[in-house]
Amino acid sequence: MTGPAEPAARTGRTGAAARAGHAGADVAGQAGAAALVGFAALARQGGLAVATDRTEAFAAALDQLDPLRTEHVYWAGRLTFCASRDDIARYDAVFGTWLAGRPRPIPIRLPALTEIRAAVPSAALDTGQSDQAEGNTSLPYGASDIELLRYRDLAKLTEPELAQARLLVTLLRPVAPRRPSRRFRAAHRGPIDPHRTVRAILREGGEPSRLLRRRHRDRPRRIVLLLDVSGSMQAYADTLLRFAYATVATHPRTVEAFTMGTRLTRVTRELRHREVSRALVTASGTIPDWCGGTRLGEQLGVFLERWRDRARGAIVVIASDGWERGGADLLGRQMARLQRIAHRVIWVNPHKAHTGYRPATAGMAAALPYVDEFVAGHSIAAYQHLVDLLGSGRAPARVAGGAVDARRAR
Amino acid sequence: MDLGSPDELARRLADTGYLADDGLATAAYLAWAMRKPLFCEGEAGVGKTSLAAALAEATGAELIRLQCYEGIDASQALYDWDFPRQLLHLRAAEAAGVADVRTLEGELYDRRFLIARPLLRAIEPAGPGQADRKVLLIDEVDRADDEFEAFLLEVLSDFAITVPELGTIAAVHPPVVVVTSNRTRDVHDALKRRCLYHWLDHPSVEREIAIIQRRLPGISQRLAAGIAAATAHLRSLDLLKPPGIAESLDWAAALRTVQADRLDEAAADRTLGAVLKHKEDLELVRGQGLDVLVAGGAAR
Repeated sequence: MTGPAEPAARTGRTGAAARAGHAGADVAGQAGAAALVGFAALARQGGLAVATDRTEAFAAALDQLDPLRTEHVYWAGRLTFCASRDDIARYDAVFGTWLAGRPRPIPIRLPALTEIRAAVPSAALDTGQSDQAEGNTSLPYGASDIELLRYRDLAKLTEPELAQARLLVTLLRPVAPRRPSRRFRAAHRGPIDPHRTVRAILREGGEPSRLLRRRHRDRPRRIVLLLDVSGSMQAYADTLLRFAYATVATHPRTVEAFTMGTRLTRVTRELRHREVSRALVTASGTIPDWCGGTRLGEQLGVFLERWRDRARGAIVVIASDGWERGGADLLGRQMARLQRIAHRVIWVNPHKAHTGYRPATAGMAAALPYVDEFVAGHSIAAYQHLVDLLGSGRAPARVAGGAVDARRAR
Repeated sequence: MDLGSPDELARRLADTGYLADDGLATAAYLAWAMRKPLFCEGEAGVGKTSLAAALAEATGAELIRLQCYEGIDASQALYDWDFPRQLLHLRAAEAAGVADVRTLEGELYDRRFLIARPLLRAIEPAGPGQADRKVLLIDEVDRADDEFEAFLLEVLSDFAITVPELGTIAAVHPPVVVVTSNRTRDVHDALKRRCLYHWLDHPSVEREIAIIQRRLPGISQRLAAGIAAATAHLRSLDLLKPPGIAESLDWAAALRTVQADRLDEAAADRTLGAVLKHKEDLELVRGQGLDVLVAGGAAR
């Protein structure tokens, strides 16, 4: 990747490139094209997905505009290089750099790998390819050990045990329940399908012989995962992300995953990568607030602001200990909103399993009335229970913790 | 027709009552000049859909709208055979004693039995008395499912539709395509790559005043300025649904209807439901005091 050498002359050169589009390739045109490709390369470094076709579109757009005017160059690039609102901020940064002629763009993604390694316990990073490694250390786990492991609190496991547990979480297959879709399929019973019936009549030369019927098809219900990755959840954050990975892997198109910390971060895209370890590295790279403080109500507000429609009719899983640093009041209000939009709200609290646990924190108490299911998420078995809950599609009659009662009493 | 430059297009759009800023005018101009679909995203009510309507009017084109929804498929977007009419034709032929099966079959798949849905209408060469330029609006593409996107991709890349019984119908003048999305889900990258991407923001106060006056003639400068300032203030609050341009226009129309000549507390109180549609939002704004709202957020 080579950045253009003489930044000051760039705008002019790009203009030459565009004019050369009419006149055929000449020397100035080639230099201009190089500047243009350089700008695209810079955009790529800045985190924009700029492939060759986008560069071509950029050139074609400039050809229609006046490449000597900065704002035209700006808009041509923005319209062709960006694919989402988030891209616009990145593009603005890149364009600023390019205009100022600074040699390298500011780093936008991914903190140093060492930072991630410090945050994610080391063994977590290579579960994906660690088969041989695990073979070498000859794991002392038989089936019964794993059975025991399933019920132990993740926060209290030793490092090798944790590695096993993480693998087990990754192997879970959370299946979403189905919901009726608008589309139809042929069926033996159900309302009459006028389309197919008439078609059949037509085939038989206009002789009505049989009434064909149809039913609504069904599709997986959307699942939204909101994971608290702040300091108080540190011991569970890694497993939660793995659970999110497993869920996204099962339904790549209908699951959304977000992390909550000092701010809300969408990690769905990162978790879609096929390899567990890579997905986790990228996801933790995009979470600027790993182990920071929690303002749940605020995060939830941001989520409802920007991503509200993805929660509509969805099963929303919030994983947090409810340790709210902002006002519990705000959290309660946002939970009320969320509950009105979502199909079902499941709250996962790892501390719930502790003997004598009471939802005493102000945040948890404020949120509980709006939660359909309140479950523990401290062990593999608890995760399995969550998977069953997700798949069941219907709430069990009563949940320990009084969530359902509280909601009814409202 | 030659539009010449984005500025010229902006002028024409303004003549139709749509005031576009530089970015939007450039985006629309490029969509027109490059025949590349324009993918618009933005908050609800910032004028994504009306852009297509204005563009059609400004360029003298026919507007064809395809509203997407979950479960939409080819027979609703592209074309459909008119089965009842075909059946009727068969019966009529039978009654008339037509014996030639071959001819009858050929007649059955004639263009006149084909119901053209929006995509086919946008691509099909114009009939007599129709504008040969077309603007195709694909509204809220995020509501359709992703199978539909793949299919859309195919149509948008070569502007040709193949009907097995009739052959390929190709566009003589490819339509200008405006695709809008409310981001309820991610639209596939392959579709976005085919498009120019534009994010529409809320307008500045000055532009909003101009838009209100342009769209609702007879509104005083003072009232329009009051509405624009109050709306800008509302957008700065943490509301469940910040008002878009559509809401501020609604509000202006409501104020005009109650014959207010400026935005004062009494008028705002009576018409607030035109701009805020959530109980929580109304409570928040009323709690702050309507005098603050009327002053455009300035301290009382």
